[in-house]
Amino acid sequence: MARMSMAHNLHSYWQALPLTLVLLAFLVFPIAVIGIVSFWDYNSYSLIPDFMLDNYQYLLSSPVTLQAYLNTFKYAALTWFFTLSIGFTVAYFLAFHLRSTRTQTLCFVICTVPFFTSNIIRMISWIPLLGRNGLVNSTLQASGLTEQPLSFLLYSDFAVVLAYVHLYTLFMVVPIFNSMMRIDRNLVEAAVDAGASGFQIIRDIIVPLSRSGIIVGSIFVFTLVMGDFVTVKIMGGGIKANVGMMIYNEISLLQYPAAAASAIVLLATVMIMLVILFRLVDIRKEL
Amino acid sequence: MNDNDTPDNTEDTTVKSKGLNRRKLLKGAAGVGVAAVSSGAITGFPMIWAQNIKNVTLRQFGTGVSNLNAIADKCKEDLGFNLQLTSLDSDSVTQRAVTQPNSYDIADIEYWICKKVFPSGAMQPLDVRRLRNYDKISSLFINGKLTEDADIAQGTAPHTVGFVPDRNATTFADQPTDWMTLIPTIYNADTLGIRPDLVGRPITSWADIMDPAFRGQTSIINIPSIGIMDAAMICEAMGEITYADKGNMTRGEIDQTIEILKAAKRDGQFRAFWKTFDESVNLMASGEVMIQSMWSPAVAAVRSQGVPCVYQPLQEGYRAWGGGLGLASHLSGLELDAAYEYIDWYLSGWVGAYLNRQGYYSAAPETSRAYMSEDEWGYWMQGREAQGDILSPSGDVMERAGAVRDGGSFEERMGSVACWNSVMDENQYMVRKWNEFIVS
Repeated sequence: MARMSMAHNLHSYWQALPLTLVLLAFLVFPIAVIGIVSFWDYNSYSLIPDFMLDNYQYLLSSPVTLQAYLNTFKYAALTWFFTLSIGFTVAYFLAFHLRSTRTQTLCFVICTVPFFTSNIIRMISWIPLLGRNGLVNSTLQASGLTEQPLSFLLYSDFAVVLAYVHLYTLFMVVPIFNSMMRIDRNLVEAAVDAGASGFQIIRDIIVPLSRSGIIVGSIFVFTLVMGDFVTVKIMGGGIKANVGMMIYNEISLLQYPAAAASAIVLLATVMIMLVILFRLVDIRKEL
Repeated sequence: MNDNDTPDNTEDTTVKSKGLNRRKLLKGAAGVGVAAVSSGAITGFPMIWAQNIKNVTLRQFGTGVSNLNAIADKCKEDLGFNLQLTSLDSDSVTQRAVTQPNSYDIADIEYWICKKVFPSGAMQPLDVRRLRNYDKISSLFINGKLTEDADIAQGTAPHTVGFVPDRNATTFADQPTDWMTLIPTIYNADTLGIRPDLVGRPITSWADIMDPAFRGQTSIINIPSIGIMDAAMICEAMGEITYADKGNMTRGEIDQTIEILKAAKRDGQFRAFWKTFDESVNLMASGEVMIQSMWSPAVAAVRSQGVPCVYQPLQEGYRAWGGGLGLASHLSGLELDAAYEYIDWYLSGWVGAYLNRQGYYSAAPETSRAYMSEDEWGYWMQGREAQGDILSPSGDVMERAGAVRDGGSFEERMGSVACWNSVMDENQYMVRKWNEFIVS
């Protein structure tokens, strides 16, 4: 018996080996390299193998880092709030208001249609709309609502968050919709029979039971926003910056060790946040 | 590599039947023959060179300014081999030149990039004795002086990083030698672009970009090496800082400059920062900004959309830049010969005229004159009024008769250069501070 289970164990190790190798080669190894490089020295054209803490010391003592992180958290929090509000509403509508599976599937596919184009295109298409002489401003001015063009519409925090919400709401809709579909309809019926109001049903039944979907969606949105730089670059006009932009700037200036140190710190930050979020949900149950 | 003067390579194409004698002769006399044989690319008759060159593809990469398909097409037509172009922004160019030296054969880079890249050993110098058009190159790139009595501007002037002492050197020479790091091809004097219809008053100084009246409608370039120079011109014009050398600032000067920029950013002076040519065109043409750092053809691109835009000469002078072609260090044999052939052709006039017509300057002005009409030469180079329509290289009308180039003649523009794009001794520190300004 013992021998058989050992052989069985060995087999499962063999079967897990390919995935382990892929993860080692494409996940662990690159991150290890980034970790090592973050301690190196550099000049304008080359990396100098070394072990120094200057990169971290500068990073952790610079007021710019703090500001970049505050900006990033601000974007993440705002985006989270709006994607959650919109995502929950859309998922609720799909799950409870549409009766037939057919219309549900159809509407769900419609939700994903914008994702058939690249997210750069979806972002850039906002620019002619929001610009100083863009569609929104000319409409507002023509209708006499404003006299001067509103410049906060583009190259601003507003524009950045707008683009994020536009890009990432679906990542909220899908998991929430998924967990709402598993809610036993009898519970809702029972609540109605017991005289619960619509709001009470949502608060006491739907929200708690779709909690795991909400948290999975939040994890998607948080990690996507924390690691993004393209949206901030395009919608922020180069004026606004988050941590991703800071790293992007450093890479484009050949300061790889500094960028590596920033990346490690960002990775640690996101990991800590994920650990907290994973405490709230058993992701295995969701998949 | 053989240092003999290379006879015109095309001659070799005609000797197909003479066989071995001819081969010996060539082997002794012609650098090409020796190079081809010794490279191992060819083991038989030298005339194969002429057939093989059709199969050569040179991979050139650089900034968008001179990576033009028209040049590749003309090169194919005149020289018979292929040129494959990749165009990137200045930062990416620097990055790629250093980190992926095998991904290109010819680097089309600026002199300040050269100062960063060349010491890394990713490139090899060019033997000027192999270039027939070497003596046509403007003295600006040889000794830094446009005319005999001209002053040398501040910053990384091209001649200071234009030469190395010998074939294998990675440090720059103080004076002209036979080994050039880059063969200059293109340069210009940059200033601020404005929307004359929006600014509503004459613009005369770099300091005008900081005018509170233009709050939220200005932009500057976010490439540190270039942006810091624009910033220096601005701060000096504002009377806030006097630099010993704008091209090589001290830490104190960098700090002061960045503080002024940060304060302006806090006050909402800037609408955006741009990194690429297209971004600057869009900002200007859409009316998001009315005064910003700009490049000459970007101004032309805005104007070609029917939007008024002026490349405004300013009293403090211009910020100049220059670029050229350099060779990757891995290049040898047939490809190396083709590269020399190509670079010599680049200087021979057709490309120069093409670049002149875009508002840049050719490094060998006299050769390009032969390829331009009298009127074109008058408009672009002599600051004269256009007699007829001035066409862009692609045939679109750029200016009508009667127009005069912003800033005037070649001598007026290149003669009032205040500084060149630079890499400073304190580059690392500057970049760090610049980054703080961008993130702030």
